Amino acid sequence: MNELANFLSTAIRLATPTLLAGLGIVFSERAGIVNIGTEGLMLIGALSGVMGSLLTGNVWLGALIAIIVTVAFAAVFAFFTVIIKADQTVIGTGMNLLASGLTITVNRAVFGANTSPPKIDTFRTTPIPLLSKIPYLGEIFFRHPVPIYLAFLLVPIAQFMMFRSNTGLKVRSVGENPKACDTVGINVTRTRFLAILYSGVMAGFAGAFVSMGQLSFFTEGMIAGGGFIALAAVVFGNYTPLGVMIASLVFGASNALMFRLQALSTGIPSQFPLMIPYIITIFSLCLVSRKSNKPAGSAIPYIKE
Amino acid sequence: MASILEMKHITKRFGPVVANKDVSFSVEEGEVHALLGENGAGKSTLMNILFGLYEQTSGDIYYRGEPLNVRSPRDAIDRGIGMVHQHFMLIPAHSAIENVVLGYGGNKEVLDLKAAAKRFSEMADRYHMNIDPWEKVGKMSVGQQQRLEILKALYRDVDTLILDEPTAVLTPQEVEGLFDVIRQLIAEGKTVIFISHKLPEIMAICDRCTVLRQGEVAAAGLEVKSIKNLNELAHLMVGREVELVTAKTPSEPGEVILDVEDLNYINEKGIHVLKDVSFQVRAGEIVGVCGVDGNGQSELVKCLTGLLAPASGRVELLGKDVTHESAKNILDAGVGHIPEDRHKMGMVGAMNLRENIAMVDNYKEPYSTKGFMHWRWIDKHSRELVQKFSVKTPSIMEKAINLSGGNQQKMVVGRELSRETHLLIAVHPSRGLDIGATKYIQSQIVEARDRGAAVLMVSTELDEILEIPDRVLVIYGGRILACLEQAACSRNRLGLLMAGITEDDEEQPA
Amino acid sequence: MEGMTIKQRLQALLRTLYFPIMAIIASLLVGSIVILFTSKSNPFVAYGHMFQGGFGTKRSFDATLTKAIPLMFTALSFSIAKRSGIINLGAQGQFTAGAISATAVGIYLTGLPAAIHLPLTLLAGFIGGSLFGFITAALKVKFGASELIVTIMLNYIAALLAAYFVTGPMLEQLPPYYPQSPAIPKTARLGSFIPGLNVHTGLLIVLGGVFLYYFYLWKTTSGFRMRVVGLNPTAGEYAGMSVARSTILSLFLAGGLAGLGGAVEIIAVQGRLMITSFSESFGFTGIAVALLGNLNPLGIVFSGILFGGISAGSLRMEVLTRDVNASVAEVIQALIILFIAGRMMFQIKRRRKMTTAADPDVQDDVLAEDTEGADTPLPEPAIEKAGDQA
Repeated sequence: MNELANFLSTAIRLATPTLLAGLGIVFSERAGIVNIGTEGLMLIGALSGVMGSLLTGNVWLGALIAIIVTVAFAAVFAFFTVIIKADQTVIGTGMNLLASGLTITVNRAVFGANTSPPKIDTFRTTPIPLLSKIPYLGEIFFRHPVPIYLAFLLVPIAQFMMFRSNTGLKVRSVGENPKACDTVGINVTRTRFLAILYSGVMAGFAGAFVSMGQLSFFTEGMIAGGGFIALAAVVFGNYTPLGVMIASLVFGASNALMFRLQALSTGIPSQFPLMIPYIITIFSLCLVSRKSNKPAGSAIPYIKE
Repeated sequence: MASILEMKHITKRFGPVVANKDVSFSVEEGEVHALLGENGAGKSTLMNILFGLYEQTSGDIYYRGEPLNVRSPRDAIDRGIGMVHQHFMLIPAHSAIENVVLGYGGNKEVLDLKAAAKRFSEMADRYHMNIDPWEKVGKMSVGQQQRLEILKALYRDVDTLILDEPTAVLTPQEVEGLFDVIRQLIAEGKTVIFISHKLPEIMAICDRCTVLRQGEVAAAGLEVKSIKNLNELAHLMVGREVELVTAKTPSEPGEVILDVEDLNYINEKGIHVLKDVSFQVRAGEIVGVCGVDGNGQSELVKCLTGLLAPASGRVELLGKDVTHESAKNILDAGVGHIPEDRHKMGMVGAMNLRENIAMVDNYKEPYSTKGFMHWRWIDKHSRELVQKFSVKTPSIMEKAINLSGGNQQKMVVGRELSRETHLLIAVHPSRGLDIGATKYIQSQIVEARDRGAAVLMVSTELDEILEIPDRVLVIYGGRILACLEQAACSRNRLGLLMAGITEDDEEQPA
Repeated sequence: MEGMTIKQRLQALLRTLYFPIMAIIASLLVGSIVILFTSKSNPFVAYGHMFQGGFGTKRSFDATLTKAIPLMFTALSFSIAKRSGIINLGAQGQFTAGAISATAVGIYLTGLPAAIHLPLTLLAGFIGGSLFGFITAALKVKFGASELIVTIMLNYIAALLAAYFVTGPMLEQLPPYYPQSPAIPKTARLGSFIPGLNVHTGLLIVLGGVFLYYFYLWKTTSGFRMRVVGLNPTAGEYAGMSVARSTILSLFLAGGLAGLGGAVEIIAVQGRLMITSFSESFGFTGIAVALLGNLNPLGIVFSGILFGGISAGSLRMEVLTRDVNASVAEVIQALIILFIAGRMMFQIKRRRKMTTAADPDVQDDVLAEDTEGADTPLPEPAIEKAGDQA
């Protein structure tokens, strides 16, 4: 039972970056934007978070800096895809390459190539009074760093925003039929641009959580597909915040399973457990692709006549 | 009465093409003003300028005496102008009420859809429209969608409503319903601009009319009551004698080429789209399929050409069962297909003419041998085809997208007719074309018949149906309701049948 | 083209080169800002070193060509899939898979003469890569799974597979047990074909691949159909073509080409499979090469050499400036992708003029640009509708 609680707690912890990024992507996806570049945005968030924390000595200020820097890069993506109307996949791929090159360049310029990482302020476990004392449940749900609570609290808020708010309706509509939105006076460009910026906020925070919540330093290429998995979580979660949460937990559990298998001496070569999240992602895509809420105008730039 | 709207000297260019040339248009408050013109005469362009979707190249607009500077539809709506577009601007994935409140200026951030639905339903009741605010738009009929579009505009308290070709997708009965709504709007003091190219409708509902021809005003503000002669109006619209009947001799049907028996098709949503469809097409005759869009025509053609798999029934081509053959094999067996949507299906815009011409028969001699293309022969063939079917293009290396719609269609028709075809399936062959191109393409279809091909022609245009086919099938709700000889067809009779009313129904008192 | 004068041809060439050149200039400018912020070096001095290192001497050009070979393979892989309407982000994984399978045939199937062993090894590389391509295509056709995420996931899986093989079954049993396979025997190696230079026979293979890419797509019916389906799948189906077939075939070929690239890289350059064999992002850089070359055969060759030069030159730049990291090359390559895909930003403001000045040539250009790379959907109705009246 303790083992299980431990496992579930780990699953939740590992699900969080996916959930944070996914809660952003779900809005930009609904607005008709496929942002393959989320991976790169998270990488940028991870590095700028560490730098920010080092600079200010405060993890939250570090996260804020991570968000600001990441949003700036999300704006670059938005500029190319929404204003210039370039192909979203290609720009996303370019952003990933850019993020990879830039983070390496900056990381080496700032921290040097082979020095040990400096000590920074990180997100520490903050048990919730009383609740964390509940047997099992306390360990599973209430002994985590604050960003994890935030991520899960955001789920119902995002769900409400998506389906009950004016903004949510606009976002869902520009992804389905931008032309129709134009005829009722909605600014499609602005709506899509803002949706991308918002997903940048979340990707930046998610990246900062990876480098400062799960670890306490930056390594080159540390996101290792986390951004793509967040994209997959949105597809698997059928484009709703609630679905994203469930998908994230599935991916988180598969990650936790991977660590478990690695820790146990099962004789299975370590690479195979490491493949689990990627394989689960592929399976999940095959499972849901045929019957999904994918917006009709997904990945199609809106060109006003 | 005072003018509510004045559009003065509007010119709109798209690149080298002038869509509106020095157009002045004036509407009085409380009238139904028709904007009449052929396809492509510039009616929609003018109204899209008024509604803020396009920006005029030059000219001024005044609304209620004040200059109207619309930069987006939001501005137009705020000033009280609403528009129902020819292609509905609805989101099928959303509910009716979500579509209505979308972009509405009075929305709070937290949406109160229940209150909105209440107001919406009261409004719908007032106009005798029955629409469930919570139903998904994707599940509504075309007529319901149009009513929803009208209510969507009225929800915004507009006092001028632009209706762009509102009857194109309606049955005659639904048209009557629409007219009732228009009359009620006028009684409430609203103004309606009615865009159409159908003369009888204009006579029925409009007070005045402005005629556009090739982007210019041919007649402005004619009193409809004073129009005695429909031909005169038609002449204004077309700019030449309208009696341009395609020359045609009586048909001499030969052997059965296409034999369809009890064809049924069920789509992926489980809807029974085609119900026991049976008919024959013989060599040397044209069989027309007429009906309002969305009654199964599209699916019927796709079943015949191997693009959809029928649930049951049998399709025989030249005595051979082809029910479950692939599209390729059916084309191979001698079927020419002028598809319903030339942009989406009939051509590849980014490819040049010769590639488009090679598109269907590319794997055959002399287009290719053993998998290698013979571009030299294709070039020669393409030049001949371009000349024979008078496709206007700088060269065969021009990309198809750069041609005008009429020339694109001529290329598609030319390609299909220059193949060895026993059966020609032509779907909306003249949709969106000017009258010259329409007549040309119709005459080519008749010529194909005279050469001995069997022709199946699908059309929604009654004029075309009354003129070209030798026999007419009326399709309604996926069923063939009637099969009439051409002589037995009349506008009235076809109109009733298209609305699903057979003679038995007429005899029984309702 | 029919009946064009030399002047018209030159103008056409200039139009073709306008966007790539603008993209490269813009990328170098933005890259110089990165250099300014992250080092004390003068960006233009750094670029000078980079250029010297890539194209300055016979030796450096030799290195450039060697670097260009795998990039051209992965660029071909992306291009052939894109021509069929598929976005193949999996060249990296297919490259890796090809490298693994070629290594397996190279080190296990020994005792054969080179005339048999070498072709077999190359074939194994092709098949290894095409298998990965085929998996992607099968999942797309069967389940509708988007190739975007599937290919990326397969990249990670391929990298882990490679790590497994070099630490497990293929581990060279020699102290100090480096994570690497035994060396590929001479019979399966590709050598230099010009005495005194390092550039290897792989260059001839990839140029052959480029020619076949051209020949297949523009001279054969199968390639023609692939292009039709890629540009308009609905029209392809109408004309009796199978979209599924095209998807499977193009991803099979795309995977094969990347896999062949992986095989060549191992048997010609690295000599054995190592844990560090794929530290360079051949796959994603190949996308940049393909886009800069506009999916055009010659374009791929030239942009492949350019990117090879940037890679090769970046090492010299790092050594000589001491503080500019070679990863700046990656930044510049990424920027080239952005500026090429967003090339409409370099469109000299002609669009607006179009609405006032009647100039049919200009309009044709704009539309041609839109459709050329097949990545910008057409601005649909306005022009068409208006065109109907012409």
